[in-house]
Amino acid sequence: MTLPLAAHTFLGIRGAYWNVTALKVAAVLGIALGGAGAFVYLFLFKMMSHMQSRLGPMEAGPHGSMQLMAEVLKFLQKEDVFPERADRWVFAAAPAVVLMSTFMIYVVIPAGPRLVVANLDTGILFALAVSSLSVIGVLMAGWSSANKYSLIGGLRAAGQLIAYELPLVLAVVGVVMQAGSLSLQRIVYSQAHFKLFGVGGFGLFAIPQFVGLFLFLVAAQAELGQTPFDMPVAESEVVTGYMTEYTGLRFLIFFIGEFATGFALAGIGATLFLGGWYFPGYGLHWGNLAWARELVGLGVLVAKVMVIAFLIFWVRFTFPRFREDQLQAFAWKYLIPLSLVNILVTGVAKVAVHA
Amino acid sequence: MPRPEMPESVERALEVPMGFAKGLKTTFMTMVRGAVTVQYPHEREDVTPRARGVIALKEENCTVCMLCARQCPDWCIYIEGHKDKEPPRREGGKPRTVSKLDRFDIDYSLCMYCGICVEVCPFDALHWSPEFEYSEPNIADMLHDKHRLGLWEDTVPEAPALEAGAEAPKGKKK
Repeated sequence: MTLPLAAHTFLGIRGAYWNVTALKVAAVLGIALGGAGAFVYLFLFKMMSHMQSRLGPMEAGPHGSMQLMAEVLKFLQKEDVFPERADRWVFAAAPAVVLMSTFMIYVVIPAGPRLVVANLDTGILFALAVSSLSVIGVLMAGWSSANKYSLIGGLRAAGQLIAYELPLVLAVVGVVMQAGSLSLQRIVYSQAHFKLFGVGGFGLFAIPQFVGLFLFLVAAQAELGQTPFDMPVAESEVVTGYMTEYTGLRFLIFFIGEFATGFALAGIGATLFLGGWYFPGYGLHWGNLAWARELVGLGVLVAKVMVIAFLIFWVRFTFPRFREDQLQAFAWKYLIPLSLVNILVTGVAKVAVHA
Repeated sequence: MPRPEMPESVERALEVPMGFAKGLKTTFMTMVRGAVTVQYPHEREDVTPRARGVIALKEENCTVCMLCARQCPDWCIYIEGHKDKEPPRREGGKPRTVSKLDRFDIDYSLCMYCGICVEVCPFDALHWSPEFEYSEPNIADMLHDKHRLGLWEDTVPEAPALEAGAEAPKGKKK
C-alpha cells in the first residue's frame, strides 16, 4: 500500500509535496541569485562607474556582462582560509546564516496574483522578522574570527541593524494601517483599490505614505550597510569588519547575501509603497491569461525594484559615510520619532476618512 | 537673475537637504554626461603633443660630452665614443679632431622620464617624443641602442615657435 501524498500546488502546478517544494526552492534561488547578479552588474559595475566618469568592466562579454561569471569563478578558486584561533564551526556557519535569512525574505514577496511562494497572512511581519536574523550571522562571523577588526565590525553591524530595524518596522506600520492587513498580497490589492480624496487609479501608497517611503529607504540603506551607513565594513578603520577573515566561497556568500538582501528589501519596498506587481490598467480579471498575468506582474515588480534600487545605490555612490555616533543618533533621535509621528498621523487620517 | 532673499533661519534649515540634493545632482549629471574612459587597446588615446613618451636621439648632434649620462639620476644612459680625425675645414688647415659616438643606450627599464638629459644636452641631441607603445616581454629589450633611439626622432613633434621678443637662436647648423 502506498501512502497518499498530499497534493500541493505552486503557480497552478500540482504535484507531490517534495516536487512542489523543489520548484519553490528553484524559484527562490533563481530570483535571489539573478536579482543579486543584476544588482551587482547594473548598479555596482555600471552605474557606479558612470557616476565616476568611467565605463566599468567592458572586456568580459558584451559591455562586460560576463564579468560576474569571472568574479564568481575567481572566488571559487580561492583557498578557504580559517584563522588559527577561529571558532571553526561558528566561523563556517556564519555566512550560511546570513544567506538563509536573505532567502527566507523571498518566500513571501508576491510577484503576481498567484506568483508567491507562500502567501502568509502575516507576510510583512515574517519578512521583517527573518531579515533581522542576519544580525545573528554577522555577530557569529565577527566573534568567531578571532580578530579585533572583525569583532568591532560585527558589533557595529549588530548595533546598526538593531537601531535601523526600528524605523524600518515603524515605517511599515503606516502602510499596514492604511491597508488594514499584514499580508503582502492584501497590501497590493488595497493599493490597487486605493483612492485619494475620491480619485483612484494611482495603484501605490507612496503618495499618502511619502514619509513612510522616506523612512523605509533610509532604514533599508542602513540595513543593507550601503555607503552612508557602511560603518561596520569601513575599510579605513576596520578593514572589512566582520568579513575581514573570510576568503573565497565564504566571502562570496556574504557578498551575494548583501546584494540578494538588497533585492529583497527593494522588493518589499516596491510592494509596500509602489504597488508591487500591480499597475493601473493591469487586468486583475484577465481570467484566461493566467500565465501572462503572472509574467507581467513579475516584470512590473522587477521594474519597481529597479526604481527603489536606483535610489538606494544613487545615495550609496554619492555620500561619504556617517561617523558611528552620528549614525546612531540619526536613527534614535530623528528617524524613530519621525516614524512615530507618521503612525499617529496615519491613524488620525484613517479614522477621519472613514468616519 | 538674483535669487530671492530668504531669512537666515530658513536658509540654515535648508542647508542640509540642499546639500544632499546638490550631491545627488552631481553624481547624476556625471552619470548622464558619459564616461571619459579611452578603451586603450581598442582605441588609441590622443596624448598631448609634448607628452613625455620616449627620448629620441639625433646622433649627428651628439658630441659625446657625457653631460646627460652624468646628470641622469638613474644612471640609465650608457655612452661610449672615440676621437677621430676629419679633413680640415679649409684648404691647408690642420685635420680636425671630432668625437664619434660608438654607443648610446638608454635603458628604459630604469628611466624615470625626468627629462633631465633632454634639458641638459647643450647641442639639442635629445628630444621628447610622445610615443609610448614600446613595452617588451623581455626586460633586456627595454635597452634602446642609438639606432633605435634615432628612429624615435621621426616622431618628435616640431618645436613650438619662440615667444615674441625672444633671443634668436644662434649658430644654428642645418
